[in-house]
Amino acid sequence: MAADTLASDSQQREGQIAALLRRNERLQLGLLLFPGLFWLVTFFALPLVVVVLYSFATNGPGGRIEWTFTLNNYRTLFTESLYVNAYWRSIWAGVWTTLVCLIVGYPLAYYIVRRPPRWRTVLLFLILIPFWTNFLVRTYAWMIILSNNGIINSAIQALGLPRVALYPSEGAVLVGLIYGGLPFMVLPIYASLARFDFTLMEAAADLGANQVQAFLRVMLPLTMPGVAAGSVLVFIPTVGQFVVSDLLGGAKVDYLGNLLQRLFTRSNPPNWPLGSAMAIVFMIVLTMAIIIYFRVTTEEDR
Amino acid sequence: MNNGIAVDLRNVVKRFADVCAVDHISMQIRDGEFFSMLGPSGCGKTTTLRMIAGFEFPTSGEIFLHGRSVGTTPPFRRNVNTVFQSYALFPHMTVAENVAFGLRMKKTPPADIARRVTEALELVRLGDYATRRPRQLSGGQQQRVALARALVNHPEVLLLDEPLGALDLKLRKEMQLELKSLQERVGITFIYVTHDQEEALTMSDRIAVMNAGRVLQIGTPTEIYERPVCRFVADFIGETNFIEGRVESVEPGGIATIISDDGLTLRGQAIRPVAPGANVTLSIRPEKAFLSVQPPPPGTPNCHQVRVERIAYIGSDTRIDVRLGVRLFDLWEQNSRSTLDRDAYWQPGETGYLWWPAENAIILTE
Repeated sequence: MAADTLASDSQQREGQIAALLRRNERLQLGLLLFPGLFWLVTFFALPLVVVVLYSFATNGPGGRIEWTFTLNNYRTLFTESLYVNAYWRSIWAGVWTTLVCLIVGYPLAYYIVRRPPRWRTVLLFLILIPFWTNFLVRTYAWMIILSNNGIINSAIQALGLPRVALYPSEGAVLVGLIYGGLPFMVLPIYASLARFDFTLMEAAADLGANQVQAFLRVMLPLTMPGVAAGSVLVFIPTVGQFVVSDLLGGAKVDYLGNLLQRLFTRSNPPNWPLGSAMAIVFMIVLTMAIIIYFRVTTEEDR
Repeated sequence: MNNGIAVDLRNVVKRFADVCAVDHISMQIRDGEFFSMLGPSGCGKTTTLRMIAGFEFPTSGEIFLHGRSVGTTPPFRRNVNTVFQSYALFPHMTVAENVAFGLRMKKTPPADIARRVTEALELVRLGDYATRRPRQLSGGQQQRVALARALVNHPEVLLLDEPLGALDLKLRKEMQLELKSLQERVGITFIYVTHDQEEALTMSDRIAVMNAGRVLQIGTPTEIYERPVCRFVADFIGETNFIEGRVESVEPGGIATIISDDGLTLRGQAIRPVAPGANVTLSIRPEKAFLSVQPPPPGTPNCHQVRVERIAYIGSDTRIDVRLGVRLFDLWEQNSRSTLDRDAYWQPGETGYLWWPAENAIILTE
């Protein structure tokens, strides 16, 4: 009897809460947004504030942080060639990787889209298979392929030609980066092309456009969202990476990610303020690059 | 040189893998005519249209555009334009940019482009919509943009692939008349693909009825409807009653008497010469047979006493199913009197006299 009353009491309360929620749309919205907002504030906004604060702090002896305001960290970044070069090298690596992935990835995505549906699934599956192996392991595999006794050099030798020093080198780094980035370019472009109405290409041809004109004026503008998404997905991780350049570059040339990693963990003493400044500049540069890129590429849609 | 022939198809064949989509088609489409290709889906009409446009190349045979062979000329080098079933308007361009596309590709001077685009949009009554995007327009308006985009190029031939298929019935009927008058005004040859027989009859100067990759008959709407050459055409265009039988005798002028499989004596007009003893099909359209309460005068041909089985009142007509021998025979009676009187209409169970003049029925050999 008592349990019954209890049950109906709680039911009644639930009913009241539900009624309150229905009436109060603000409360509804707040409750729905809370988990996401909590996550973003705790794990993104707060750490970012900490990084910004660090970037204006002074590195004391033994890597201790001294809370004395300074712009020296930023000054170092923009004047010391070690850092300036690393920035340029990383951005160039990112640009080249994105460009090559685009040139290779677009036709690949096009090819897949034009297959019969059954084959499309199989081919997409093949693109995704590398993700099942750890990226580090796959990068080691490239070391083996490109090394002096690797597959390529063995083949060259078998033909009676002298070996080529393929690894370690900046070229090897680029190969590794393109390899890693390609699926991230192919998938968004594939998604765009899958939604593209190929009758439009016939319409363009019908109206006197040759294949190149039809591609540039119809297919490319309409698949730009995929190209933009793919480019961003390839560019950002490429600029910030440090594993590929460490392994395939033989840790001889410094990219942004390598310097960051060193400043925070490897160097003795570490230099967190300089590392933080570096991360902030990195973020601002990337954000600007992406804004400009989206402005240029999605102009047609507005 | 081409004797007023816009498109000349000679023995055109198109095979896809193991399917023969178009099987030895030959036809000549005249300059300035509204020509329809009519048939059920898969009859090869769209494939034929796509070969004229250049989206497909014939496996064998030849296609001439005003006397020039265009067998493997790519579409962008043919002065032919298409209105697609889905319209295929470029969604990232405005209406004006869509219409200007063909002229831009031909490097027409910008001033001319602007003038011709305006003219083309006026022609389809969309002058005020130049800056809109296709998705902001209704289906009928998109359809007219597609028309303007094609016509602005002054093509030798305009190809239309079921362009009204996506519109609702009322709008479709409006557009049929509008298309026809537009075609008469611009004087361009229209080749129109449809599976809708009423659409083809309404608009066309001539119709090619197609089935299974072949052309069965080419003729004016009247010829196609009144003098079909085979069972398929008679059945596909309009409605009809078929009665199978054997030729008994033939009179001069082609009026033949046949004995149906269930023993009825019937008379009809033979389209092609027939000999006694031949197996034939008599085709009589529902509006060309009559049902009367009183027996018609003696000697009236094809007169049989019948029982009314079912009726359907559809407003303009009453559709009556009567029992004739082993079959139900369908006939339509126009409701030319306006009355609520039940006696004015046939009722199931009543008997009457079914008859038709011999020349109202036709005798088919195929």
